[in-house]
Amino acid sequence: MLGILVIIALAAPILAPHGPETVDADQVLGAPSLIHPFGSDVLGRDVLSRVMFGLRSSLLVALSSVALSCVVAIPLGIVAGYAGGWADTAISRTLDMILVLPALLLAITFIAILGPGSTVAALAIAVIYLPILARVMRASTLVVVRNEYVIGARARGAGHFRTVIGHVAPNALAPVIVQASVLSAFALQLEAGLSFLGLGTQPPTPSLGGMLSDGRDVLTQAPWVEIFPGLAIVVAVLAFTFLGEGLRRAFDPQGVTS
Amino acid sequence: MMNARFAFVVRRVLLTVPVLFVMSVIVFLIIRLVPGDPVRTMLGFRATEANVIEIRSQLGLDQPLVVQYLDFVGGIFRGDLGTDIVSKASLSELLAQRLPVTFELTGLAMILAIAIGVPLGVRAANGGRRIRRLTEGFVILGISIPDFWLGIMLVLVFAATLGIFPPSGYIPFVDDPVQNLRYMALPVLTLAVGEAAYFLRTTRAAVEGVLARPFVGFLRAKGLSERRIVGGHALRNAAPTIITVIGIQVGVLLGGAVIIETLFALPGVGRLIVTAITQRNYPTIQIGVLAIAAIFILVSLVTDLVVGMLDPRVADGAST
Amino acid sequence: MSGVLEIADLSVQFPAQQKPAVDHVSLTLAAGEIFGVVGESGSGKSTVANAILGLLPPSAGITGSVRLGANPTMFAGGPSTSDPRAPRELLGLPERELRAIRGDIVSMIFQDASASLDPTWPVGDQIAETIRAHRSVSRAAARMQAIALMEEVGIPDASSRYGDAPHRLSGGLRQRIVIAAALANDPRVLIADEPTTALDVTIQAQVLQLIRRLRDSHGTTVLFITHDLGVVSEICDRVGVMYGGKLLEVATTTELFSNPQHPYTRALIAASPAGTPRGSRLPVIPATWSVESLTLAEADSGARHTQTQDAAEESST
Repeated sequence: MLGILVIIALAAPILAPHGPETVDADQVLGAPSLIHPFGSDVLGRDVLSRVMFGLRSSLLVALSSVALSCVVAIPLGIVAGYAGGWADTAISRTLDMILVLPALLLAITFIAILGPGSTVAALAIAVIYLPILARVMRASTLVVVRNEYVIGARARGAGHFRTVIGHVAPNALAPVIVQASVLSAFALQLEAGLSFLGLGTQPPTPSLGGMLSDGRDVLTQAPWVEIFPGLAIVVAVLAFTFLGEGLRRAFDPQGVTS
Repeated sequence: MMNARFAFVVRRVLLTVPVLFVMSVIVFLIIRLVPGDPVRTMLGFRATEANVIEIRSQLGLDQPLVVQYLDFVGGIFRGDLGTDIVSKASLSELLAQRLPVTFELTGLAMILAIAIGVPLGVRAANGGRRIRRLTEGFVILGISIPDFWLGIMLVLVFAATLGIFPPSGYIPFVDDPVQNLRYMALPVLTLAVGEAAYFLRTTRAAVEGVLARPFVGFLRAKGLSERRIVGGHALRNAAPTIITVIGIQVGVLLGGAVIIETLFALPGVGRLIVTAITQRNYPTIQIGVLAIAAIFILVSLVTDLVVGMLDPRVADGAST
Repeated sequence: MSGVLEIADLSVQFPAQQKPAVDHVSLTLAAGEIFGVVGESGSGKSTVANAILGLLPPSAGITGSVRLGANPTMFAGGPSTSDPRAPRELLGLPERELRAIRGDIVSMIFQDASASLDPTWPVGDQIAETIRAHRSVSRAAARMQAIALMEEVGIPDASSRYGDAPHRLSGGLRQRIVIAAALANDPRVLIADEPTTALDVTIQAQVLQLIRRLRDSHGTTVLFITHDLGVVSEICDRVGVMYGGKLLEVATTTELFSNPQHPYTRALIAASPAGTPRGSRLPVIPATWSVESLTLAEADSGARHTQTQDAAEESST
């Protein structure tokens, strides 16, 4: 299911029957038809095509934010778990500060400072997930470093850096991947929420949240403008949720992830 | 025993101090971190040289950073939260108008979510396959459907099509309680569904965990009814977990309220913040964020205290 | 022999397993005796205990009969569903009626007392709860009875201990609370599933003494499940030996130790330090003869001895 969504998102320019910004003046708020399977919006734009392109930008923001968060969180988590002591305390306490504010409020605070936009939204979401991912990586590292092959590597004279890169990191990564896929589902919802508030992806770039915001005034006349983008979000969120559950069953039976 | 409890409360309350400090610094820095000149950004095309200087000194931005921070915190303690740059209204008064709306929305949503989620979770924990499957479906959908889209769909069904509830707007409770609740119905329901799913999942897992413990076997051997085992023992043992999750979810609920207030045109703190962001109205953003964060921190404190009081080991002062 | 509890041809089969957990077990408990069931873990002894009170998961396939109070004179009146003290078949009884029996007529205590008590409830209330589940008495009366029971099982300063949470009591006192809760309604049968295993030796001896004393004063019949022959020799009147779901032999405790019939029993006695007479050498079990190597086929034919086994017996005595 996720594969299909990614293909749709990647190939949106090829697959979409119409351009996302192509205005068909005769089809303002047109009901779903053969030409416009999901109907058309207030400017006569094809909803199906816009959903495809919206999915593209929403997935881009969600995935890049989680990826960015992982890139920072993984080294931090490893250092905290492997080194322990003051490094652990410093990293863990600093990251805890992020949790002082409720997640969405933190994202909004970020956007308040840097101004609305998809890049800032991705950055804000990445920051929110930083403590969660780092915590999972730290917990997983703590489990792995107790293993004999890690002690063995040290005993054979491998330095800290080589031990971590060669033995700790690869084995401790699975729970983080599981957590990241679960968080992607939430990132998608967050991005949609921010775009809905007009704080995420900015028009004219189509985004699923933005489409929902645009269509609110015409909800009664043209419900399809609201129904289909929302369904797209739900389907995408479900896809990531199931992926996460599947990965969890495969990689993390002990349940380091939350 | 009283002393141990007292020490626990004092320790937990003191832990809040650094959290409040970090929070106040974050909020304080909002305006100072704006790239370029925040005052010019704020004023936009209205920025005349005189204007900029006036606002800058009004916000104290011409002072050293430490002095600015102390002024900021001092103002909060005196109850002087500054003024709204756009409407020139006193922010304390603005907050006093907006907070009750957010309280009502999140409070009712929380009560509804608990009323739905916890009993269903208990039923699911010791129920048959049918109820387990039904609740599992509710959990997955409840967590996966973005709340604002759910809100739109509820408006489509209950307001636009059936006409039972108004689609958006607000009437103060003191003006007309019945109308107030009619306007609140859809936003509260919207916020509550996702949370109910969370509470259901948490309660189910917690009660299941307790029912798997050996002492439940002894309760059965004593001849107690399943009802008493679940109601008197399992729920009591699962309570700390459930309450902790409820406390955490207050944060999610407050975040959700920002979106839902905007969607349903409720004049709460969340909508205040969103409007302020689009107007680059930094002092108002600061105070709005401050208010919600303070509520969140306070709720976390209360949750931890309640959970601590429920745990006989904590009450005895045993270290964990 | 007047049977307080008669188990006849009891078999239990769990869904995912090949062999039955309990395989055609029959035994009769006489009034007031302490009957030991001894066997290693996995021998099916705990499954028998749980089957009696209907505490096995519904997926378990149970056949045979567990009869409570099958006293011929009482039986003549016919089973009555209204009087819980009437003789009756326990297997297949509806949950409601089983509940009325559990904790009232037949009680059960488990291995780990610390884990048997609800950590959030005052210990005294957990005794009073058993009383109130079966008798319509006031809260205050149940409390008074619970305190009396706490005194009877030897808890010092019972009334001030009533409101304590379980974690404030020592392991031995917690086990005494569990015993008090199990005996609160003066049951006819007490099933004790390894009640002393989790305790250290001194406390273990005290708890065994307590169980014997309560049996003497209340006339309670006790089904005592253990893997420890030393405990058996200390407390039991009669013993049944279980292995691989089968009951291999039943004998009085003295008989079992002096003249064990089954080779497995001999191996068990030989392997147990408590079973060997004082002053003798430690048993030598040849590599060809160990408990693990005993196949079910051998266990079935109890009387068959191989030469190696006999040699082992001789070298160990």
